[in-house]
Parts: sequence; structure tokens; C-alpha cells
Amino acid sequence: MLRFILSKLLYLIPTFLGITMIAFGFVRVLPGDPVLLMAGERGITPERHAELSHQLGFDRPIWEQYLDFLGRLLQGDLGNSLVTKKPVLTEFLALFPATIELGLVAIVIATMVGIPVGVIAAIKRGSWFDQVSMTAALVGFSMPIFWWGLLLIILFSGILQWTPVSGRISLLYYFPQVTGFMLIDSLLSGQKGAFLSALSHLILPSVVLATIPLAVIARQTRSAMLEVMGEDYVRTARAKGLPSSRVVGVHALRNAMIPVVTTIGLQIGVLMAGAILTETIFSWPGIGKWMIDSISRRDYPVVQSGLLLIAGVVMLVNLAVDLTYGLINPRIRHK
Amino acid sequence: MTDATVKLSDAQIRRRMLADFWYDFRRNKGAVAGLIVFAILVLVAIFAPLVAPHSPTLQYRDALLVPPVWSEGGQSAYLLGTDAVGRDIFSRLVFGARYSLFIGVVVVMIALTGGIILGLVAGYFGGWVDTIIMRVMDIVLAFPSLLLALVLVAILGPGLTNAMIAIAIVYQPHFARLTRAAVMGEKQREYVTAARLAGAGNLRLMVRTILPNCLAPLIVQATLSFSSAVLDAAALGFLGMGAQPPAPEWGTMLAEAREFILRAWWVVTFPGLAILISVLAINLMGDGLRDALDPKLKRS
Repeated sequence: MLRFILSKLLYLIPTFLGITMIAFGFVRVLPGDPVLLMAGERGITPERHAELSHQLGFDRPIWEQYLDFLGRLLQGDLGNSLVTKKPVLTEFLALFPATIELGLVAIVIATMVGIPVGVIAAIKRGSWFDQVSMTAALVGFSMPIFWWGLLLIILFSGILQWTPVSGRISLLYYFPQVTGFMLIDSLLSGQKGAFLSALSHLILPSVVLATIPLAVIARQTRSAMLEVMGEDYVRTARAKGLPSSRVVGVHALRNAMIPVVTTIGLQIGVLMAGAILTETIFSWPGIGKWMIDSISRRDYPVVQSGLLLIAGVVMLVNLAVDLTYGLINPRIRHK
Repeated sequence: MTDATVKLSDAQIRRRMLADFWYDFRRNKGAVAGLIVFAILVLVAIFAPLVAPHSPTLQYRDALLVPPVWSEGGQSAYLLGTDAVGRDIFSRLVFGARYSLFIGVVVVMIALTGGIILGLVAGYFGGWVDTIIMRVMDIVLAFPSLLLALVLVAILGPGLTNAMIAIAIVYQPHFARLTRAAVMGEKQREYVTAARLAGAGNLRLMVRTILPNCLAPLIVQATLSFSSAVLDAAALGFLGMGAQPPAPEWGTMLAEAREFILRAWWVVTFPGLAILISVLAINLMGDGLRDALDPKLKRS
């Protein structure tokens, strides 16, 4: 197992280097002079321009600049935002919990609903449940989630007035951030109603974000179950006289879960992309909205490092999925 | 003489395969429904000037935010109502179909061509060529697709052309991977060795001998990418990075409609519905194609 983990880690190094090259190259290929950009609209004298260029290392060979970039990266220095002047890493760490909270709740919803729906649809293949749920899954899979979010806002915030339109919690509540997760922090604060307020803010965005993964997981679970149910060992289990619940729950489901776990892992990238749209619609103060705002404000250090950090996170999650895969399926590990 | 016989049977085989495919495809009711909706969409896009009652960009200043014809205050001139500057929503949706289909076709063409070339080269030659190409593809895949597309558009500048290029770049690795895997599987087969012994060069082997046998998964992926491209382009438009106003692109229309969501439901509802229906139709077709083209599923 250790060798398996190490080989996977080694495999990641060239990919990560490639990601740093893209993030580094990103700012270089942008039209315009980064120094002029930093100087802003007031302009800059040629002397000051040369001085700043030298200070920032723009007058050195490109590979030297790249090595310098890598060196600073290894020390955890990701540069400062042009707008807020704060270190990018600090901003990222402050906003990241909001995105994790949203993403986690979404993936929990998607898994908790998607897997049972897929299993039932497979067992009752051809029934009305199968047909309705799979049609719904296909609609969910085709959903433009930014529109879906707007529709839910019209219904639940506009007409029914059940949920707030934006943000993470009502302004009435204030408490220190302990974990960064609003659901947990609001409970820890002990303030009455705080948790419910946080929950009501979270529910719509997480449902929107969960929509596509939920559809994918339900479809994948169904087809994996159908495939497994036709296997010899399932027939053997039935022939042994095991109750149907045990055949489905233990013999079939455990084997059907192998492709499903991969699917769930692959949804992390989908979730990050979805977070950009969902956070924009619901003004959720997370990484996705931060990136969009930075792109439109042309805050390039943030875009550069944000890209790097997000790709890094996705890469690590994929690694974790690979390892889980190895855990539940020994055949992969010993290949 | 013998040459002619071979050619004739080739055509027959092809016709037979097509009939087989159509038989399998037709059994899937959803796929046929998807095909019909898609065909209507194509016709609407082609004949947009004839279908649309108004110009998509003409502003009727005396008819701002008119609701759809069936609700209170609706006017028969504006079937689905008008937007905040008095443009007919139905006409804009009709012309918007052109954008979506055009985006889908262009993105898939670019991604497919690039992906096939890279995948063929990687799979056929193997070794360090393969390693380098697939590593670069891995790197592209490490970024969430929409994020990478957004950043690419930020570099290239917002607009429809750049949005399409960005989305195509992001999709390309999927085609490259699929092609490579299929090529690696086919490369070892006897017919390839036979063609090589008969004196076929690398290029001929790659393009004429191997590629036609790798097309099935690529066709399925192309349909799926088509629908994703429509979705992603709309998302970029929604975020202000795709087609620019006053273009009647569906995502851009939604972006303009956002501030009216609580006042005028129709300006938000219809463009999104148009996106959903088109994407759903293409996905239904894709499902049908996959079932008809995948021999593994056919047997079960």
C-alpha cells in the first residue's frame, strides 16, 4: 500500500510542475505591461518603471523568473492582491471554508439521494420509479445550474419568502469564526436562531450545486448495479438462499460502489466549476466568487495564485480518490 | 474486376451497418424524441429570419417588460413578452438558437480535430511522445473546466470567438485520451500488422487503417461535448465573458435578465428553458448513440 501511495505521489510531481508553469505563464502572455498595470491609471515615469521592473525581476531571463516564482511558492509566498494588497494565501484561506462547506453539503446531498435512487431504480428496472427518476436525472444532468438557481430564488425567496436571497448568515448574528464553517460556528456561538439562519442561507445554493453530481451519481449507480446484478456471484448468493436485502446490500452494492466512488471523486472538479456559478448567483463569499471578481477586476496575482491553489486542491482530492479506490479494490493496488 | 467487387461489398456493408445502427437507435424512444427536437432546433436556427416575428435587437420603447401573451397585460404581438428594453423575447430566442448550435459545432470541431491528432500520435508512436502529450493533457484536466475557460477568456479577451476557443481547448484532452486508448487497443490487431506488411506507411496506418475503427467512442463523446459546450458557452455568457450584449445568446440574455428576476419572471424563465431543452435533446440523442454504438451494451 505504501508503495502504491508513493508511486501515485511521484506521478503528481510533473503534473504539478506543469500547473505552476501554466499559472506562471498566464500573467506573461497577458496583453499589456504588468508594471503599468500595477501603477494604475496615473501612469509612471520611465525611471520608476525601470526601477519597479528590476525590483519585480521582470528584466531577468524568463527561466530565472520562473525558478524564483517556484522558490517563493515553496515558501508559501503567493504574492499580494493588487486590489486589497493582502497576501493571496491569506485571502484564499479566509474564503476557502465557505466553499468547502457549500461543496461538502452539496456532495452529501448528491450521495445520500443519488445512491439510494440509483439502487432502487436498478432493482425495480422498468418500473415507474425507474422511469421517473431516470428522466429526472437526465433533466438534472442537462440543467444550466445558473438558471436553476435563479428559478429557485424566484420560487423560494420571491414567492414563498422562505429563504434569504444571498450571503451565508443574517446580519443580525455576529460571532467569532472558529472552524470557518457557518453551520458549526453558529452552533458553537449558542445564539438562538443562528444555526437556522445559517441553514436557510445554505440550503438553496447547496441544492443547486448538488443537482448535476446528484444526477450523475444516480445514473452511474443504476448502471453499475445493473451490471453487478447480472454477475455469477450474485446469482450464487441468491442460490444459497440469502435474503434479497443481503444480496443487494452486501454482495451487489459493495461491488457496484467501485465505479461510483470514482464518479463521486470526478465530481469534485464539476463542483469547483459549479461553485463559480452558484456562488455568483447567491453572493456566497467563497473561492468561486473571489475568482470571478478578481478576473473582472483584473487582479492578476489573485487569478494566478487562485488558479494554482484550486488546481492543487482538485489534484489532491483526485489523489485521495485514487487511494480510496486502491483501498476498496485490491486489484488496482497490486497491478 | 476483383477490385470492383470489393468496393461494392464495402458499400453494402456500410449500408448494412447504418441500417443496424438505425434499428438500435430507433428502439430508444428518448433518443428519437431528442433527435426530433434537435432537428426542429436546427430548422429554427436556419430559418430564424422567417420564424421570428420581430428583429432580435429592435427595441420597442412603448412595450417594456410586457408579459407573455397568456398572462394578464400580455400583447398578442409579443408571444413570450418583451425584455427590459422592449425587445421581443421569442424572436431573441429564435435567433439565439443560431448561437448555441454554432458554438456547439465549432467547439466540437476544434476539440475533436485537435484531440484526434494528439491522441493518434500519442497512441500510435508511444514512448516519450506519448508521455509528453498525455502529461500536457493531464495538466489541462487538473483545472476545473469552467475555471480554465474563464481564465483563458480573461487572457484572450471576452467575446464569443474567444469563448469558443477556450472551451475547445478545455475539452480537447477528453478526445485525446479516448483516441489514444482506442488506438492502443487497435494497434496490436492483426489487420494493422497485415496493412503494415502490405507496405502502408505510418500516416496511412494511422488515418486510414486504425482511426475508422476508433470512431464509435469519439462520436458519443462528441455529442456529449456538444451539449456541454452549449451549457458552458451559456455559462460564460451569463458571467459576462462570452457573447457580448446585445447578442441574443441565451446565457447573455439570462445575465441581462438577472436584476428583474423578482419582477418579471418571463425574462428569466424562457432563455433558461431554451438552454435546458436543447441540452436535454442533445443528451438524449447521445444516450441513444451510445447504446446503439456500444457493442458491449448491445448484447445485454
